[in-house]
Amino acid sequence: MVSGALGKIYRDGEVIIHQGNAGESMYVVQSGRVEVVLQSENGGERHLAFLEAGNFFGEMSVFEKEVRSATVRAAGEARVLKIDKKTLLRRIREDPLLAVNLLKTMSHRIRVLNSELAQHRGAQ
Amino acid sequence: MGLSSETSVADAFAGLGTGDASEFELRDGSRIAVVGGGPAGSFFSYFLLKMADAIDLEIEVDIYEPRSFKYCGPAGCNHCGGIVSESLVQILSAEGIVLPDTVVQRGVESYVVHMDVGDVAIESPVHEQRIAALYRGNGPREGGDTPLESFDDFLQGMATKRGARVVRQLITGVDWQEGLPQLQFASHSARSYDLVAVAAGVNSNFIKLLDDHPAGFEPPKTTRGYICEFRSTEEEILNILGSSVHVFLLDIPRFEFAAIIPKGPFATVVMVGDDLDEELVHAFLNDPVVRRTFPTNTVPCVCSCKPLINLGARKRPYGDRIVLVGDSGVTRLYKDGIGAAFRTGKAAATAAVFHGVSGEDFEQHFWPACKSIANDNAVGRIMFATNAIMKNSRITRRAMLTMAQKEQARADARPHMSSLLWNMFTGSAPYTEMFRGTFHPGFIGNLILSLGSALVPRQKNANVKNSEV
Ligand SMILES: Cc1cc2nc3c(=O)[nH]c(=O)nc-3n(C[C@H](O)[C@H](O)[C@H](O)COP(=O)(O)OP(=O)(O)OC[C@H]3O[C@@H](n4cnc5c(N)ncnc54)[C@H](O)[C@@H]3O)c2cc1C
Repeated sequence: MVSGALGKIYRDGEVIIHQGNAGESMYVVQSGRVEVVLQSENGGERHLAFLEAGNFFGEMSVFEKEVRSATVRAAGEARVLKIDKKTLLRRIREDPLLAVNLLKTMSHRIRVLNSELAQHRGAQ
Repeated sequence: MGLSSETSVADAFAGLGTGDASEFELRDGSRIAVVGGGPAGSFFSYFLLKMADAIDLEIEVDIYEPRSFKYCGPAGCNHCGGIVSESLVQILSAEGIVLPDTVVQRGVESYVVHMDVGDVAIESPVHEQRIAALYRGNGPREGGDTPLESFDDFLQGMATKRGARVVRQLITGVDWQEGLPQLQFASHSARSYDLVAVAAGVNSNFIKLLDDHPAGFEPPKTTRGYICEFRSTEEEILNILGSSVHVFLLDIPRFEFAAIIPKGPFATVVMVGDDLDEELVHAFLNDPVVRRTFPTNTVPCVCSCKPLINLGARKRPYGDRIVLVGDSGVTRLYKDGIGAAFRTGKAAATAAVFHGVSGEDFEQHFWPACKSIANDNAVGRIMFATNAIMKNSRITRRAMLTMAQKEQARADARPHMSSLLWNMFTGSAPYTEMFRGTFHPGFIGNLILSLGSALVPRQKNANVKNSEV
């Protein structure tokens, strides 16, 4: 991976955001792949998704003052760019269409979660 | 989870903007011409087609651009320092636009400020490479053997993937026929369009042709900049400059500011000053502070130019069926011109797709984006004037240096001066925000203390090193 390229390089397994920690930034994968996992109180974890170049994560903490809802770590070497809350919100104020862009992805994620929930309930 | 935002603009707006149809609304089959395929033209075309697609509007977009950005040297280059600002890199990412490694020649993580009284390295507040150093064309004149890709070509590719057609022709004039703008070509043929977006920059005669236009455009004020590319090996350039952009605050008459930017085996020197001429360029390159940072006598200059910089807003960058984006219209003062091309290009595209292409539509839905840049530039002028005063006095130079050095040395210090210098040089924040920061009691207090210590004779001030970074 090119060291002169944009963002920060995370080694395989290195954690980018920790579930339960406070956070004010969103992240966009520039290259490689990251894994989103949900950690349970008994120390177990559940795989939620893999994200690739162009995908974003950590957006929930930008829009609500809540702690990170999942842990995201590099799956193989990954390069990830941090987006400041201030920069993002300033731009959304000028160009609300950017928020529509993010909303579309977030709504797609809710749809996927809903269908997983339905499958889970059906299996019980 | 995991859908790219790139695929998804404005779907929620589908169906909007189709209330009472007006003659100035874009319809299926509408034809749009874009004069100039630099950043402003490509961003405008990309967003226009993306948003039109989201509301199932079928339009034709022709980008007129005589240049091929695949050439090395001036033939393929829209002469510029090639810094994509921290804020633009972030916003592009949030838009789903990731700059490829082949386009980014170096990710920048710090700026080193050089003065005769010493140097200070200012690290990125997030310790991450979020500024891109790149080439607009296919690199300098002698760069044919280096594996790099042009930024302007990458942006144009985004627009063509969305369906824009690139026509390699120079536009020689614009006329009005039955209420429609008509572009004229060197071959004396002409073609009418429903909308013409002028994205021809300021380094072209085309914008002068618009001076007589009934909409009463007034061309922007300009000044000349100087760019020179030095070539060595990648290792050597890394050795000398690291991953930092080097900026210079020097007390040379007529000198405004200059930067040296590492890009693979090349280093770009960019300079701005009043009545910039050979004498000023020589005075800068031979200044001892520049020599100790970058010995230009040991690396050859392989490409140079003196392009125009837009210094002020056009009075009215729109009319019925015509809109001026990027440098041809309104841009940011001295910094982040590519960011301004993005902002004005997208604002014009949004206005055209969701509202219409009359002068009134652009006034209401495009001009606010330009006005916010123009108003911010007014504050920027005050900032640059203050900077000029401060850099001309050794005492204030030393105070700035001491304050920034102390902040950089302590992880828990609030980086008042560092943030100001970082934002001023990187163009990452609006000038208004930087200006507000200078009224912070911490900034004022620390500056007064630093001024005090700068007034103390040098021997007593032994704890502040004239460090070379
Ligand atoms: C010395 C200097 C350093 C700079 N450094 C930076 C920097 O580091 N970072 C930054 O963000 N900005 C920088 N800028 C500003 C930046 O270059 C501009 O803001 C940016 O290029 C504007 O993009 P644009 O698309 O509006 O115009 P341009 O990039 O000028 O593109 C205009 C295009 O229109 C085409 N064209 C012109 N006339 C015609 C015609 N008649 N028919 C068809 N096509 C035509 C041209 O070929 C060109 O491709 C710098 C500027 C200068 C002068």
